[in-house]
Amino acid sequence: MNRCALILTALPLAALPIMAGQATVIRNATVLTVTKGAFQGSILIRDGKIVEAGEKVLIPDGARVVDAGGQFVMPGIIDCHSHIAADSINEGAVAVSSMVGIEDVINPDDPDIYRALAGGVTTANVLHGSANPIGGKCQVMKMRWGKNAEGLKFEGAMPGIKFALGENVKRSGSPGGGFGATAGLRYPATRMGVEDVIREAFTEARAYQKEWRDYQTKLDRHEQAIPPRRDLKLEPLVEVLEGKRYVHAHCYRADEILMLLRVADDFGFKIRTLQHGLEAYKVAREIAAEGTGVSTFSDWWAYKAEAFDAIPYNAALLVRKGVLVSVNSDSAELMRHLNTEAAKAMKYGGLNETEALSLVTINPAKQLGIENRVGSIEPGKDADLTIYDKHPLSNYAKVTKVFIDGDLYFDREKDLEERPGKETRKKALIDKQKAQEKKERKKPEQTEDKKSEEPGGAQ
Amino acid sequence: MKHVIPMLLAAASLTFAQAPGPIALRGARVVTVSGPVLEKGTVLLRNGLIEAVGENVDLPKDAWVVDAQGLTVYPGLIDALSTVGLPETPAQPTTPRAETGAAPATPRGGQDLPVPLEQGPEFRPFTTTWVRAADLLNPADKRIEETRSAGFSSVVTFPSTGIFAGEGAFLNLSGEKQGRMVVASPAGQYVTLTSHGFGTYPGSLMGVIAYIRQVSFDADHYKLEMQAYTSRPAGRKRPNYDRAVEGLLESPRLLLPAEDAKQLDRMIRFAAELKRPAVLYGGHQAYKIADQVAKSGVPLLINLKWPEKSKDADPDQEESFRTLELRDRAPSSPAALEKAGAHFAFYSGGTAAKDVRKALKRAVDAGLTEAAAVRALTLSPAEIYGVADRVGSIEPGKIANLLVVKGSLFDEKDKIQYIFIDGVKYEPVPETPPPGERAGRGAPGGVE
Repeated sequence: MNRCALILTALPLAALPIMAGQATVIRNATVLTVTKGAFQGSILIRDGKIVEAGEKVLIPDGARVVDAGGQFVMPGIIDCHSHIAADSINEGAVAVSSMVGIEDVINPDDPDIYRALAGGVTTANVLHGSANPIGGKCQVMKMRWGKNAEGLKFEGAMPGIKFALGENVKRSGSPGGGFGATAGLRYPATRMGVEDVIREAFTEARAYQKEWRDYQTKLDRHEQAIPPRRDLKLEPLVEVLEGKRYVHAHCYRADEILMLLRVADDFGFKIRTLQHGLEAYKVAREIAAEGTGVSTFSDWWAYKAEAFDAIPYNAALLVRKGVLVSVNSDSAELMRHLNTEAAKAMKYGGLNETEALSLVTINPAKQLGIENRVGSIEPGKDADLTIYDKHPLSNYAKVTKVFIDGDLYFDREKDLEERPGKETRKKALIDKQKAQEKKERKKPEQTEDKKSEEPGGAQ
Repeated sequence: MKHVIPMLLAAASLTFAQAPGPIALRGARVVTVSGPVLEKGTVLLRNGLIEAVGENVDLPKDAWVVDAQGLTVYPGLIDALSTVGLPETPAQPTTPRAETGAAPATPRGGQDLPVPLEQGPEFRPFTTTWVRAADLLNPADKRIEETRSAGFSSVVTFPSTGIFAGEGAFLNLSGEKQGRMVVASPAGQYVTLTSHGFGTYPGSLMGVIAYIRQVSFDADHYKLEMQAYTSRPAGRKRPNYDRAVEGLLESPRLLLPAEDAKQLDRMIRFAAELKRPAVLYGGHQAYKIADQVAKSGVPLLINLKWPEKSKDADPDQEESFRTLELRDRAPSSPAALEKAGAHFAFYSGGTAAKDVRKALKRAVDAGLTEAAAVRALTLSPAEIYGVADRVGSIEPGKIANLLVVKGSLFDEKDKIQYIFIDGVKYEPVPETPPPGERAGRGAPGGVE
């Protein structure tokens, strides 16, 4: 039944834009700001931004009022690791696939966007797959269901790139163990090889960077010069070297985490986040010292050898050691209840409510470099808000409404109301096409009859 | 002045197939496309060209005059994207392992060639930019006659295998000598977004897009290097010759696949980014974003093979609302584009030649005006391919490509009487069943 409901909701439900300048007030709610505590009160939204949040907020004339009596408002959930809304994820045959990017294949029609909304998610970091030591470029998106590809992009978000270590990467290079039957020969096939590929790629990137710098020097001296060949594989790596692109590195084991941190140190760049990092708790101090974040699962492990030595205390332990931690989904399903995933860090490791909520709001916002825009309820931030009927850290909480940029993108009641109408529209189309098919089927029969009457018609 | 009734003209056609004297179609309804419709017009053809058209045309003494009362004369139809005239297996050095993506079902001969694992800058997988349709023509292709019989005097035919498949040619379907058939070449570079699986680069849609982008950058860079070198070779390192970018550089436009709204949006932006003239093909969901297509100025070729339920579909499988809606509304795309003022043309896209008029009718039933429908099969494709100075409308000086229908093109019962190509008259051959043998034949432009 539930599954049916989700499929039905996949029919487009465009956001209800509010006229420019019109204000919205969410009132009577328990507001969980994440960064400024919690209170009973209201939030004033105008032009897509939070203008005011407090116990008493003046309601301007003409404002749309959303009564959230007995309900809870929190910042829209941010998923730091997702693979929805893209037409391709893995470019697997090359060890370095930095020339590709999710930005080129955004799929705004993916119903998972709407389903993510229904789970309270407003922003997601959509990553390339984990088949390559250096993978493709990521895209931070807002779940603006109904908008086109450009409309989904989180404008101004720091660009990112996926790295990956360990089994997925070396498996792609080992005979018979790859994702595809033909992936038998790809280097690297060991963890040593993974390090080598990364070092080699950045050595190349440095040379490429120098080529362009030399060219610029020539131009500055008014010498004639042809610009170097643009290399789409190396350009993003130069950006990493220059601190203009974040590295989100898929990894599991403590030893390879340290390896990556050392490689990054050698080349003078930072790893922004360790993705998954199930053994990160073992090297929490080293990670904290690098200022590197960890984006992990609450309690999902043991799906392969390198994911065995995991504990549900990972997130909490890392938080206590001063690491910036988020909890992510890596799954279109898990994505729909990240609030529950965050809550698990209270049971395992004793984080408090705010710390738990931070794991799926302000912390991933910081990891993605968008904390000035989203991740908490503060005046001046984007009005990306999720309303739950119960406390979001409760198992029983359901999302009732989701706002992005002040526009209502998900409304549970409206969704339920619209389902019969959508069913009717669908049925009408089915009937219409069945009628057409019937008509078409009649036609050829007639012509056949005619043919058999013709002289010489084959019997 | 000799008066010849159509029957006699038919009998005489063989004699002037080589060097026809002037022919006049008199008293016909003339749909000039570039100008007003003449209700009682005369078209005079000489030496393969249109010499005169109008309500009062002075006819030369030696003209064969056809009493064309009750006939409608249109410019010869143009199939804007086709493989007609190409051999079944065009010579292609790298044969992709078509598995996924927006691949036209193209027949392939022989074994798949191994894909080299080397990935250096000169790695050009699934690329045959330099292959020219004009060099591969097979005038004996049976489909030439079939296509002609459906009212087409021209096709724009492309090699269709690979990411950069090769350069197309604008052909007249006169079907005798290869060199005579070519109206313009190269007409454009046919691009697909076919990805080839996990084991080879590019193995994903984003990989293919990145690859196309890289080749495009390489072409720009190559041009600069070559120009610098040829302007002063002494003392300079000689750049490597690269046939892949040569082929791209000599292509006047890129043909990019875009079927649904998402792909149209994506490819409109991609074309702008590449800074190369582009034409999109597919377009079944253009009804959703017709305004954006119009605003982009990028021409769109619409596949007349409207989406259908697969013949072997599971009858118990409930289809999604999206599939149902697309099937219902795809034929309304041309009407939406007309209304939005977009530049569009039609291609048969695997529709059997004989079914083209039926498919066209569906677009008209969905709101496309007949005038726009005719334009999308004549002058618009000519404009899109830069040959409107010689074909696409009935104007003096243009190539004598004409379609003569007894009645209207839009009434399926009305018969096609003649097709003139380069001033030579052809009559439609009767349909020969079964058309089934053509079914597997790959037409380009099939987009997923």
